[in-house]
Order: sequence, then structure tokens, then C-alpha cells
Amino acid sequence: MEKLFTKTTALTDKPFHYCPGCTHGIIHRLVAESIEELGLKDKAIGLAPVGCAVFANEYFNVDMQTTSHGRSPAIATGIKRALPDRIVFTYQGDGDLASIGCGEVNHAAVRGEKITTIFINNAIYGMTGGQAAPTTLLGQKTTTTPYGKDGDANGYPMKVCEMLAAHEGAYYLERVALWDTAHIIKAKKAIKKAFQYQAEGKGYCLIEVLGTCPTNWGCSPLEAFEWQKENMLPMYPLGVFKDKGGEE
Amino acid sequence: MEKTVLMKGNEAIAEAAIRAGCKVYFGYPITPQNEIPEYMAANLGKAGGTFVQTESELASISMLYGAGGTGERAMTSSSSIGIALMQEGISFMAGAQVPGVIVNMNRGGPGLGGIQASQGDYFQATKGGGNGDYYTLCLAPESIQEACDLVQLLFDLAQKYRQPVMMLGDGMIGQMMEPVCIKEPEQKEYDLSWATRGWDGVSRERAIINSHYPNPDDMVIQNGILQEKYRQMEAEEVRYEEYMCEDAETIMVAWGTVARICKSAIKSLRNQGVKAGLIRPISLYPFPYAILEEYAKKDQVKRFLTVEMCAGQMVEDVIIGTKSLKPIERLNKLGMMSHTPKEIADYVIELEAAEKEGK
Repeated sequence: MEKLFTKTTALTDKPFHYCPGCTHGIIHRLVAESIEELGLKDKAIGLAPVGCAVFANEYFNVDMQTTSHGRSPAIATGIKRALPDRIVFTYQGDGDLASIGCGEVNHAAVRGEKITTIFINNAIYGMTGGQAAPTTLLGQKTTTTPYGKDGDANGYPMKVCEMLAAHEGAYYLERVALWDTAHIIKAKKAIKKAFQYQAEGKGYCLIEVLGTCPTNWGCSPLEAFEWQKENMLPMYPLGVFKDKGGEE
Repeated sequence: MEKTVLMKGNEAIAEAAIRAGCKVYFGYPITPQNEIPEYMAANLGKAGGTFVQTESELASISMLYGAGGTGERAMTSSSSIGIALMQEGISFMAGAQVPGVIVNMNRGGPGLGGIQASQGDYFQATKGGGNGDYYTLCLAPESIQEACDLVQLLFDLAQKYRQPVMMLGDGMIGQMMEPVCIKEPEQKEYDLSWATRGWDGVSRERAIINSHYPNPDDMVIQNGILQEKYRQMEAEEVRYEEYMCEDAETIMVAWGTVARICKSAIKSLRNQGVKAGLIRPISLYPFPYAILEEYAKKDQVKRFLTVEMCAGQMVEDVIIGTKSLKPIERLNKLGMMSHTPKEIADYVIELEAAEKEGK
């Protein structure tokens, strides 16, 4: 019988701990498939964040470092500068990257570090139980904005791709979603390209994936995608914000 | 080629690190250690290494964690305030058993303090400093020559113990010039099967650099591994100097540049017939407790005198070491003021006179 599908060997066999309907599982697979398909598995060193993906070191079947909260882009810089021919990637949520690690990600982009960041924006802190993130939308209720996020009191939503696009050292920035097969295929293409660019020695690459958090958004997985389209998409439009490779 | 040259402390330390095989250096400007990153920027690349000026000390120590996790020889340097900011990363390095060399040129504090020499970082350097149960192996030089020798030794100790290690100097060590002969040590090979360098899937287990142990059973095991390592360091890495202690009635205890001033005071006291000596801890962690106890038990020893450029921090270890078998006097100076040899000698004479008068 013909074998039609095999799980990527860049993932371990450990079952994911993620909540039902969470998109981390899809993103893990896209990242792992990209690494394997590009033949980069034996050169890859991944960084697990602090946040929902804190156990990523148990899922990605490559050498991994667990990190302090938000510091992955600096830690990745240390790895890449020590071993410049390896493929180094960070996997970060919006609390990790946009809040506590905002300095590290900006300066990694400013320096044009030849690393790849997979950034998951779900507009909320998942692991700690649904607090407001810098990416939380105005009016969105979280456990630390119980009456809805108020710009003047709590700050305004942070647009990471748009912010990093200002830096000359950023090489490739794209925001993607996972609503359906077409979007997942597109997301995979973007992630793969971000690794391909690193393999070619290009500058800083970040793929922002709009993730869902049915648990903390208080809805079903299907409703979560609808909520995301309706509420997150106007603030976080999909598309390429920078692609220096595409300009050439 | 090893020859004696006149060099500023910070530059000599940087050169010594390069000759010890430092491959990557990460640093953020802060006085009084700026000549280290400046020297690295000018010279590390030529030696085949990489210099990165970081956006903060938080980034410096995070980069050190990443680079150390590959097993390559890596270093950062800073001064007091910057080292305070690094405590998150130092704790992570200790927890995940990541090697790396940290140089601290101690300046005045607390807060912004001032840029001149101080010993106020003793607690921070020797008692952990960040969160959790850990120690950072810490060596303190009294001269530029010793600083060069110790920083080279630290690269090996970091690898041997898979540990963050620190050299605690001060503004004086960093800023003064002295003749120095920087060695070109042979670089020992260490097992790197634990390091994240890319995995072929067959030649070893998958490498994970990790300090995250949510299950208490696992945390107990990991803490046990770390504590065993600290006991080993306490057994094997104690370093100190005894100076004119054989017949000494007053034994000074001081580290770093202050110890050197004590030696001048001791020479002056000896000329006046006063029997004074010095025990100089070189390893601040692990602290040389045993030698202090040994001297505390000698009948000839009447007193200890701790001399510190801070409110008195090392004295707590001297109390532990001597088991308070003899009186411990303190001569401390705060506000980045250093002692003069005469001040120290006069104080010892005062102590002796007071004892004779039965005060």
C-alpha cells in the first residue's frame, strides 16, 4: 500500500500538552516540517520560550535551549555568533516577545541577526491564565482588563511586524493565519522561506502567526477563528511587511 | 609570544581572555570597565573571534547563556549595576549548567553609586545573587598580573564545572597600569556531548540546555546535581595566600586591591616590631574557611582584622571561618574611599595598645 503521509521526524513522539483548539500544535508541525524539508535538521538549534510553548524543547526533535522570559532573540544571538553556520530559531508568544522581550527582539532585528523567529500572536497571556498582552485589542476583556482594555489606561495594541519593519536589519517579516487549509499552506510557505533565508545567510526573519486561545478567549475552537477574523484581523492585517529577498 | 609589557588592567584582562581562547565576547558600556569591550572590539575579530556590543547587560548575559550552551568559550564583563541586571541570566546559567566567564569591575553603590573602586558587590558575587539555590565560582585578583592569570584559569573552571564563573575586580584593577606577562595557556579539551551544537540523531543524545523542572521530583534531582558540584568546588577550588602569618599576632583578612594595601601596612608594622600578617582569599566562593579556623586555633594569634572597602561583607565569612575563636576587628571604608597603609598600620598599633591597657 502506498504511504501517503509520514509525521515529520523533526518532532518527537511526545503528545502536545496544548488545550483543545489551540493553534500551537499546527505551528509546531509547520516549523518542524520546514526544517526537515530544507535538510536543516542536524544544524538546527531551537529556543523554547516562557509561556504556553515552554515545553517546546520536548517537542522539537533538535538540539534545544530553554530560555529566560523574552530573552530568546539575545540567547539566539549568542548561539549564532558562536556557531555561525547553524540554523537558530526562536519560538515566542506575545507576552514573551512583545512585552518582556520587546528590547531583545528589536535589537536582534536592528543588528540583522541571522536567526528566525516564529512569533505567535493570540492577543492574550495563555499560560498564566488570560491576562492582557501588549497585543490585546481595545475593549477586549482579560483577567487584568476585566472591564475591557482601555487604551488610555492599559495601552494600545502593539503591531510587531509593522514595528520591526522600520529596522534596516530586518530581512523578511510576514503575518499569517491558520483559518483553513489555504491559509495553513500559506503559513508553511512563509515559515519555510524564513528558514531558507537563514540558510542563505540573510538577515533577521520573523513570521507572525495569528494564533487562537479558545480557553482564555472563552469560546469554542471554531468560534475562536471567527472571533479572530472579526476582531484581530482589522488590527493585524495579514501579508508581507518586508521581504528583501523578494525585492531583489 | 609571552613578554612583559606595561598595560592597563582592563586591556590586559581582555588580551588574557583572547589568549585563553575566548571565541565570543558580549558587552555593554559601563565605567570603569569600558576598555574591556573596546579592546575586544579592536582585537577579538583579528584573533578569529566575535565581538558584540549589546543593547543591555540583560542581553549580554543572555547571549553568554546562548553561546555558553554551545560549549564555545564565551565571556562578558560589566560593573556592579550591570552585574545586578545580569542576575537573571546568571541564575539561568547556574540552573542549566552553562559555562561562561563574567568579569565584574566593582564600583560604588548602592544604586547608581559612583565609578570608583568598591567592594560592595561581595554578597552579590559570593552568595548566589539571583534567584534559587546556586553559587557562582568567584576569584578576586590583587594585581593586573593575577587578574590575567585568573581570567585564563576561569575559562577552564567554567568548562570543568559547566558553571558561570566570575572574576571580581574593582575600578583600581581595571584602571591602573602595571607590568604584566600574559600567558598563552594550552587549551584543554572538554567533553561537549551536552552542548547544543546541532544534532545528527546518532552520535549522542539530543542536547537540551534547561533549568525548567516543573515536577518537584525532577527539581530535587537537579538541585542535588548542583549541590554536589558546589561541594566539589568547595573541596577542590579554594585558593588563598598567606602573607607573613607564621608568627603573626594580628591577622588581617582582605581581598583584592585592599589586600595589597594591607601588605604595605604589614611591612611597615614589621619594621616597627609589630607581628602582623594577612590571609588573602583569592577564591571568594568557595571561601577559604579552613585556613582561618587553623589560625584562629593558634595561641599566638590574638585577633583578626578584616579590612574592606565596604560596610563589612566578607567579615561574615571570617566569622564563620574563625568560629569566633578570636576577636574580629573591622576597618572598613565606604564611599569608594581606599585605605592608606598608614591608616591600617596605625589601627593595628591602636588595637595592641588598647589591649595592653586592658580596654
